[in-house]
Amino acid sequence: MVESLRTRRIITFTGLSLLVVTMLVLNTGMGAVTIPPATVVSLLAERVGLEVGSGAIGVQESVLWSIRLPRIVLGLLAAGALAAAGAGLQAVFRNPLAESQVVGTSWGAAVGAAAALALGARATGSFAPAAAASVTALLATFLAYRVARRGPRVEVVTLILAGVAINAIAAAAVGLLVNVAERGQMRSFSFWSLGTLGGATWQTVSVTLVLVLPGVVLLAWRGCQLNVLALGDEEARHSGVDVRRLRVEVVAAAALMTGASVAAAGVIGFVGILAPHTVRMIIGPDNRVLLPGAMLAGAVLLLAADLVSRTAVAPTEIPLGVLTSLAGGPLFLWLLYRTRRAQGGWG
Amino acid sequence: MAALPHPARSGRMGMTPVVAMGIVHEAGGRTILDGINLQLETGMLTALVGPNGAGKSTLLGILAGDIRPTKGSLLVEGCPIEQFKPARLARVRSVLAQKTRLEFAFSVRQVVGLGRFAHAGGRRVSRRKDAEAVERAMSATGVAAIADLSFPTLSVGEQALVMIARVLAQDTPVLMLDEPTASLDIRHEHRVMNLIRHRARQGGAVIAVLHDLNLAARYADRIGILAGGRLRTLGPPGDVLQPALLSEVYDYPIEVLDHPSGNGPLVTTSDTRRDGTHHGGAT
Repeated sequence: MVESLRTRRIITFTGLSLLVVTMLVLNTGMGAVTIPPATVVSLLAERVGLEVGSGAIGVQESVLWSIRLPRIVLGLLAAGALAAAGAGLQAVFRNPLAESQVVGTSWGAAVGAAAALALGARATGSFAPAAAASVTALLATFLAYRVARRGPRVEVVTLILAGVAINAIAAAAVGLLVNVAERGQMRSFSFWSLGTLGGATWQTVSVTLVLVLPGVVLLAWRGCQLNVLALGDEEARHSGVDVRRLRVEVVAAAALMTGASVAAAGVIGFVGILAPHTVRMIIGPDNRVLLPGAMLAGAVLLLAADLVSRTAVAPTEIPLGVLTSLAGGPLFLWLLYRTRRAQGGWG
Repeated sequence: MAALPHPARSGRMGMTPVVAMGIVHEAGGRTILDGINLQLETGMLTALVGPNGAGKSTLLGILAGDIRPTKGSLLVEGCPIEQFKPARLARVRSVLAQKTRLEFAFSVRQVVGLGRFAHAGGRRVSRRKDAEAVERAMSATGVAAIADLSFPTLSVGEQALVMIARVLAQDTPVLMLDEPTASLDIRHEHRVMNLIRHRARQGGAVIAVLHDLNLAARYADRIGILAGGRLRTLGPPGDVLQPALLSEVYDYPIEVLDHPSGNGPLVTTSDTRRDGTHHGGAT
């Protein structure tokens, strides 16, 4: 059984890595301009100064370099951020239902980003909207937590209901900002509510990377403590975990990552539930392994969704959040049903 | 009991790693604890008994550092408990809570391994010493055979044993246990009591809240009777278990006989009427 768990982990990580590579090939290659994998490789080689003679035509190079690659890298970052934030929030709230969109973090982030744009921050790629998004995401998450906390326990139902309320308020605020702000800077309401990787630039990518990386490092660093936290606040303290500090750190990391992701790509729902949950079912709840696994799974999911989004009804794009919510919503319902049955009602 | 946990480390007999002085605790306008003085000594298993609502769990929570008392001081290894960071405190005392729920499907071995957190310094629980402590705790509590099963699928009794194994794996000189035998059958009840007494014999300072007075009489080196927020008496079972005092604090007629085995007292109730009322009671 121990061996089989190890085997299962190896198979899972190998499989996920292969899927990510497959998605990279498909996402670089498919679209209005077709770019074969060999051309992609030689174009990349030329970028780093190798004379390989790609034989690529100019339009392939510019499409790859200024449209597809930033979009793919942003997708990887957003997926990693959302999956890691989801796994972190689930560990900290001790519940598989916790996720950025569910507990109000994502919409909280959208308010900050939209407000920064309305106040005149240059473009979505700049730092200010992402930073503002992280701050409001943090406020929204702590608000939901304060409402749902009773004594040492966080009541799941209350947490989700608080998330519903925060989402409603935040969506209204975003709608207001979209309507009163000057058209030039502001993104549309459907950008915020459904998300898209379209319009990704290397600047968006670098801003997102700067905010996502510290969050991921912190969560990876705290994997062991998050495992102990599964026992409960008091038991975790008995075992030597500084619970209050851990909770602040992880919620802050989740808000930072979600904020960066939402500022760059809007609210992309349920990635933070789909990815960690699927991986947890296969390789167990150990956060040290779950975190990288969930990030890989999130990457596969988001790249697949983005491929469908931009090729299925080309030249029109299906918003990304439509696809992830179609996949994630039913899973969330099922989890809700299962949790309720296991607890014998919410009581 | 054969193969048992562990050479406790800090244990010279007769030391007092935990000293509570003048503990008063008030909550919701009620005085829960009213002037408790208690020392935990190495090499000794102390049982804390008393009626429901006497303040046993509150006292244990204060000793463990979960609850800050309204008044009084608590020294752990000579230092005020407020000076301890969680990780350092977790290398001195381990605590078994009454009930622990686990939301995620960790395996039994993983759960027991969580007890090693304070020793691993927050890093991987993979070092040989940690692994050994985990295996030893699992075999002592008899859960080694179910080591790879998922914790939430276990019976309540099995879950309780796994939690005891986790606390043993933490391998601290002080053990605090809140009703460690609450959901166990007779065999496992005695297995666990033997285990924790053995921990004390090896130099551990152990305190356990117990409801079963006979279990306390049989295993504890001393019994403290807590009632109305006060420690009414503290001493060896034979001295402490007096029918008059027990009948008073439990408000129920209690007799103390000689145990048929000739070892110590046997506590039983006396003369209960069929309709459930009783005479005697408070004297």
